[in-house]
Amino acid sequence: MKLLYFAWLRARIGCAEEEVDLPPQIRDVAGLLTWLQSRGGRYAEALQDLSVVRVAVNQDYVGGEHPLQGGDEVAIFPPVTGG
Amino acid sequence: MIRVQREDFDLGAELERLTAGDHRIGGVASFIGLVRDMGGADQVSALTLEHYPGMTERKLAEIETEAHRRWPLDAVLIVHRYGRLEPGDRIVLVATASPHREAALAACHFLIDWLKTDAPFWKSEETPSGKRWVETRAEDEAARERWSD
Repeated sequence: MKLLYFAWLRARIGCAEEEVDLPPQIRDVAGLLTWLQSRGGRYAEALQDLSVVRVAVNQDYVGGEHPLQGGDEVAIFPPVTGG
Repeated sequence: MIRVQREDFDLGAELERLTAGDHRIGGVASFIGLVRDMGGADQVSALTLEHYPGMTERKLAEIETEAHRRWPLDAVLIVHRYGRLEPGDRIVLVATASPHREAALAACHFLIDWLKTDAPFWKSEETPSGKRWVETRAEDEAARERWSD
């Protein structure tokens, strides 16, 4: 699965993009975020407050219950500040 | 029409192009967002806008479609810049054209409110004390809510 990070989440995690092999028991967005936190270090620090973390799957905003599939593009970022 | 670009835009030329040849248009409304420096101790010398290529265009196209669904519009233009910009620089242009002013003005207001909360852009500011990420304002969420069905 392809993960993308933007804005301060990219800066804190230290990469813009990575490929991950998810454990089979991770089936939705909430599970993915918990799994990323469990990697510790920069991930745990960047994702400690999920109230300021937004997720898009295949370029659509989704909630924690959204199911994940192997070929998904998952983007993780803070609330947007354009305009 | 949607454009996401690094370059500046020329308002006159954009509006000329938007309305050219369409004589049903009776009014054009436009909004331009500029980089501002709020003053105070932490002066903003520049800001950098990053975005999510692909999703940005997709969300802007959805917002445009929604505006057409709500109002009788002849033309819509959204131009949003990214990259490093300085105070006074133009960031975003929204323009709407309609037979009547009410639709053009309302749709323009709707589009800028929606794109602030839905288009995946992020701003970081350069200040004397370093670089900082701009945080979402509750007012922006409230402004978008105004247009909920």
